Amino acid sequence: MDPKHTLTETETAAIREIYRHFPEKSAACIEGLKVIQRHRRWVSDEAIRGLAEILDMSPAAIDSVATYYSLIFRRPVGRNVILICNSVSCWIMGYDQVAASVKKHLTIDYGETTADNRYTLLTIPCLGTCDHAPAMIINEDLHRDLNPENIASILNTYE
Amino acid sequence: MDKPLTQHIKKDGSWLSLQEYEAVGGYQALKKALTLPPAEVTTIVTDSGLKGRGGAGFPTGSKWKTVPMGADAPVTKYFIANADEMEPGSFKDRLLLEGNPHQLIEGIIIGAYAIQARFSYIFLRWAYHQAAKAITRCIHEAYEAGYLGEHIAGSDFKLDLSLHTSVGRYICGEETALLNALEGKRANPRSKPPYPTVHGLFGKPTIVNNVETLCNVPLILTNGADWFMKLSKTGEGGTKLYGASGRVKRPGLWELPLGVSLREILEEHAGGMKAGYQFKGVLPGGGSTDFLTEEHMDVPMDYKSVNAAGSRLGTGTLIILDDKTCPVGMVRNLEQFFAQESCGWCTPCREGLPWTTKLLDSLEKGTGKMEDLDILTFQTHYMAPGNTFCALAPGAMEPLQSALRLFRADFERHIHEHKCPWE
Repeated sequence: MDPKHTLTETETAAIREIYRHFPEKSAACIEGLKVIQRHRRWVSDEAIRGLAEILDMSPAAIDSVATYYSLIFRRPVGRNVILICNSVSCWIMGYDQVAASVKKHLTIDYGETTADNRYTLLTIPCLGTCDHAPAMIINEDLHRDLNPENIASILNTYE
Repeated sequence: MDKPLTQHIKKDGSWLSLQEYEAVGGYQALKKALTLPPAEVTTIVTDSGLKGRGGAGFPTGSKWKTVPMGADAPVTKYFIANADEMEPGSFKDRLLLEGNPHQLIEGIIIGAYAIQARFSYIFLRWAYHQAAKAITRCIHEAYEAGYLGEHIAGSDFKLDLSLHTSVGRYICGEETALLNALEGKRANPRSKPPYPTVHGLFGKPTIVNNVETLCNVPLILTNGADWFMKLSKTGEGGTKLYGASGRVKRPGLWELPLGVSLREILEEHAGGMKAGYQFKGVLPGGGSTDFLTEEHMDVPMDYKSVNAAGSRLGTGTLIILDDKTCPVGMVRNLEQFFAQESCGWCTPCREGLPWTTKLLDSLEKGTGKMEDLDILTFQTHYMAPGNTFCALAPGAMEPLQSALRLFRADFERHIHEHKCPWE
């Protein structure tokens, strides 16, 4: 099967450009998954097969890498991905109340996406901003010094 | 110059451009290093007493010395900056990465010259988006100015540098796991020996150093090994980025002489405990270090003294446990993290950490039994150093083993009262 059938020409070109810089094609596996996710927000089985074709690897080998890394999404995610830090400093500073506020506002639990595909809610280990705990990242934006009251206004800025 | 590492970092959150970095003496250390034989650069770094700031505290110069050199050494060698700051409670490298990437880049180039590496990488965790922007821009500037690429600063030395942004997993911070991630694989750690300094990335000699470690290198080259040694309050050279999080008045990050006391950091810099909270304990260097308590307040925060007190300096970022926070709950949170982040490669870690978490869960729910404490103690031996493939599980056992010793009565109250007394 021609990889063009599963990955776009833009994606294919971007992945080929990456492996040129490595001694082995397979070294571009993670970067290739990132390219796919950048274009589609998540990595489908078809996309895994497409990447396998380009890198001369088996789809299973690609999937073993894809499922290893917590920030490669193997299921569809919403337009905005919320990652709440649940590590120790945020735990001490009451992240669970912040998380409860997010869940209540969106009426979803961890690992779920809202029905309108607007938000997906996940946890993330320590965000490295512990002097401003609790913290979360939405897409690429860091939000710090959170409290249950300021959650709604933050979430509402994301369409 | 009492804060050499951070003195130029701006308060407004923007990073130093190449022009700004050069205006404060940036890249002069590199120019000086390029006039010296590579072995002499390593000697200077060794004499400075610089130890790895990522947590393990291995002497940097000694690491560099084990890389094969000379005509028979492999032509391709790699030099990697470990910017995968993911130790729970640690937020020190972020400041250096966001505030002054050129300082790190200069440190990388000098280190790469010392081991005669041809390629270098910055391995950055995904969450540091601002740092990624800063580093990308600064690498571009460094190429434009001739500090990277061919004929660096007019010499015969050549080096390429790229940024690799990770896609999660704490274990990527372990140096051999990091190498597997850079090769595009699952980040399971590798067995050692062979050490990466001989057989590293793509099988070639490779150095992996922490960000804070490398940011010190230009300073050492400019000012000399003796100067660096004298910065500290003890026999170990340099300053250190110390931090504090938890219920203190002023959580934050401070560059201080290596070896200041725990008391000074907590009381003078973090401002002491918030009103209504009492100090109960502290993890001195991130989630995988042993608790210290009130009796350790005068321990100098250097590698040797913190070890002697029964813990580790680790990343130097304190996580403070207060009297309103349940110590069992805190340890459960940590063990959940480590269980989740275990790569699953070796049995003690893959099976032992979820087991530990389950027992702590049951204590928190009030269904724990006295024999559970014996099983938890057993786990701390079962996952002790030497019994696992890498340092993840032994690190995970450090807060647990010390909590079992120091807060034994609190564990027992959970059992006798059939609930968490802090709820």
